[in-house]
Amino acid sequence: MATFSDQESNEPGATLWRDGRPVYDRAGTVCVIGAGASGLTAIKNLKEYGFGVDCYERETGVGGAWNWRHDRSPVYASTHLISSRPLTEYPDFPMPDSWPDYPHHSQLLSYLEHYADHFDLRPHIWFGTEVVRVEPADGDRWDVTTRSTGGYGAERTSRYSAVVVANGHNWAPKMPAYEGLDEFRGKVIHASAYKDATQVRGKRVLVVGAGNTGCDIAVEAGQQAAKCWHSTRRGYWYAPKYTFGRPADQVTDSLAPYRLPLRLRQWLFHRVLKLTVGDLTRFGLPRPDHRVFETHPIVNSHLVYQLGHGSITPVPDVGRFRRNSVTLVDGQEIEPDLVVFATGYLPRFEFLAPELLGTDASGRPALYLNAFPRRHPTLAVAGLLQPDSGLLPLVHWQSVVIARWLRLREAAPERARSFAARVDAEAGDRWHSAKVKESTRHWFEIGHIDYLRVLQRTLDELEVAA
Amino acid sequence: MKTRVVRVRDWTRPVPAVFREVRAATPEAPEGKPPLLFVPGFGHGAWAFAEHWLEHAASRAFPAHAVSLRGHGGSGPAPKATLRAYAHDVVQVATGLDRRAVLVGHGAGALVVAHALARYPARAGVLVAPVFGGWGTLGTALGRNPAGTLPAVFGGRLRLHHRQLFSRELPDAAAREYAARLGRASARAQWQLLRQRPVEPAVGDPPMLVVGSPDDRVVPPSALTRAAGRYGVAPLLFPGMGHDMMLDARWREPVDAILDWLDKDLAG
Repeated sequence: MATFSDQESNEPGATLWRDGRPVYDRAGTVCVIGAGASGLTAIKNLKEYGFGVDCYERETGVGGAWNWRHDRSPVYASTHLISSRPLTEYPDFPMPDSWPDYPHHSQLLSYLEHYADHFDLRPHIWFGTEVVRVEPADGDRWDVTTRSTGGYGAERTSRYSAVVVANGHNWAPKMPAYEGLDEFRGKVIHASAYKDATQVRGKRVLVVGAGNTGCDIAVEAGQQAAKCWHSTRRGYWYAPKYTFGRPADQVTDSLAPYRLPLRLRQWLFHRVLKLTVGDLTRFGLPRPDHRVFETHPIVNSHLVYQLGHGSITPVPDVGRFRRNSVTLVDGQEIEPDLVVFATGYLPRFEFLAPELLGTDASGRPALYLNAFPRRHPTLAVAGLLQPDSGLLPLVHWQSVVIARWLRLREAAPERARSFAARVDAEAGDRWHSAKVKESTRHWFEIGHIDYLRVLQRTLDELEVAA
Repeated sequence: MKTRVVRVRDWTRPVPAVFREVRAATPEAPEGKPPLLFVPGFGHGAWAFAEHWLEHAASRAFPAHAVSLRGHGGSGPAPKATLRAYAHDVVQVATGLDRRAVLVGHGAGALVVAHALARYPARAGVLVAPVFGGWGTLGTALGRNPAGTLPAVFGGRLRLHHRQLFSRELPDAAAREYAARLGRASARAQWQLLRQRPVEPAVGDPPMLVVGSPDDRVVPPSALTRAAGRYGVAPLLFPGMGHDMMLDARWREPVDAILDWLDKDLAG
């Protein structure tokens, strides 16, 4: 691990100034913010393309969200992957083939740690250092101000040729507002504070939200709690982890080469779910009000099974909270002692002025390929994706695109211009063939094959002769 | 050919796990040199490198490993293995090492390494007497040893004669003993070798070295030059040596050349 004194010793010292403060010139070095799954692959691929890289990580270890020791990590003891191994691993660093189809979160962490060691990434990472501000400087460069996590110590500003933001988007809880929530006497937590089943054991639990986390917690509460209600806003498609004895995502993707029209794929998927999961209304769930692929996929074989056992009671949306009870929109009154809001997360880039990413009033940035903002060619976001597969393969190729783009700008400015024009024209476009539901949950929703096909074209276009 | 990003086959038909034999020799005082992974060709196992090269590389401070491809040596059986499965074996062992590995492939193992390099950004790639396949390979083999080669055309075992593999400098008894230890690759992989599926480009732009012998009776000089040409390099030649350079009498010369090249090339 590098230390500040190391860095100072091979630097001539601050020669630049900004608002009366010294700025240390890091020349052609690229700054990566965050050493989670996205930041690590960004460091590795930038290195591979010959860039110097400084990465700032607020925690003391790698792995980001997947490191359960981190206070911002959303994982709970029973978290397993919901996309199968081949669709979740970095394409150039496969997980051990002796691992299960759906590894545990602790395996994913050891995988990321091994990736960092194997490619010798740790010397590039300044642990325990958080980024306070990222401000544009002359010549498309960036001034990055950092300090020790928690605000100790002095701030320090360094100037970089480019910045890759990989700070994750599953750590700032999105809490819903309900009438009467303040006066409710029961315990209310966000799913990010849910760590293991001891928190629900013997309690009467209401789980709000049918994301993958909400469904996992409902299943655990169904097994451990005295009572479990699961409140959802609409009917969803609950995909199983296995169909025909194979991981379900592998079965679905085996159709990819045929490039079937969306409607046909949806029809096939509906048929398969009908055959393997069955009619959800029989279990007391509302009929889905949308076609499959129009909401983020829920992968959970246990939920429907628990409904069959009667250990989970499906209920509609919450209407309001009262002192000792919750009134649902259908007028039903329930009395939970613990409410878990599995209502998702919001992206946050508190170190960046909103206009740099073209962020609108609701907080949604406008990016091309979910990565490149308009008019700031040396700023990119990695891993801001909500895919219907694992994230790692996508963010790997995304960071290769970023590295190639930064190289092409130097090597062939002419060719770079046409890409920049497209970034400007298409920032904010979606990369999903289905019409997804409007919700913060689906801001970054992409179809992994649609997205990868665009990345393939972009990679070929940005190819730089060695 | 370009690097493919949509890899439906890799996602939906993952190569099944199998026990893989890995032999290793560790240097007494590690100097931070990259680990080497030796990949034997068809019929050979990790033993072929364990004989001389592993210990020698370790004595020069390189952590050295050799894998037996599935169905070979001490690895688990795999009668239906494909070239993709072999490349998968190499990548699995390489990614299991603590640092980025140098892949060294011999014979058809060089083709396996070429496929593995498209799936793993190795520190460097070394191809020793590379057999990249195609009908020319079959023609050479049929010319040299029709009786041993013909059954392989029909899915049978390829029987290499010890005089195809070794120079006259290696005593006859030793040569016969090595030849007797040879196993076989799967019939499917043998066919794929002949059909010559195009190899995707290596990821991570690794430095490449090609080593061979003009007197190799499996890889004619033209094939050696062609294989080296794919990577824009000229082959490093060791006249008088047979195909199995790691077992032949003068085994020390090529391995020293490889290690010298690594010391020089990876120092910067």
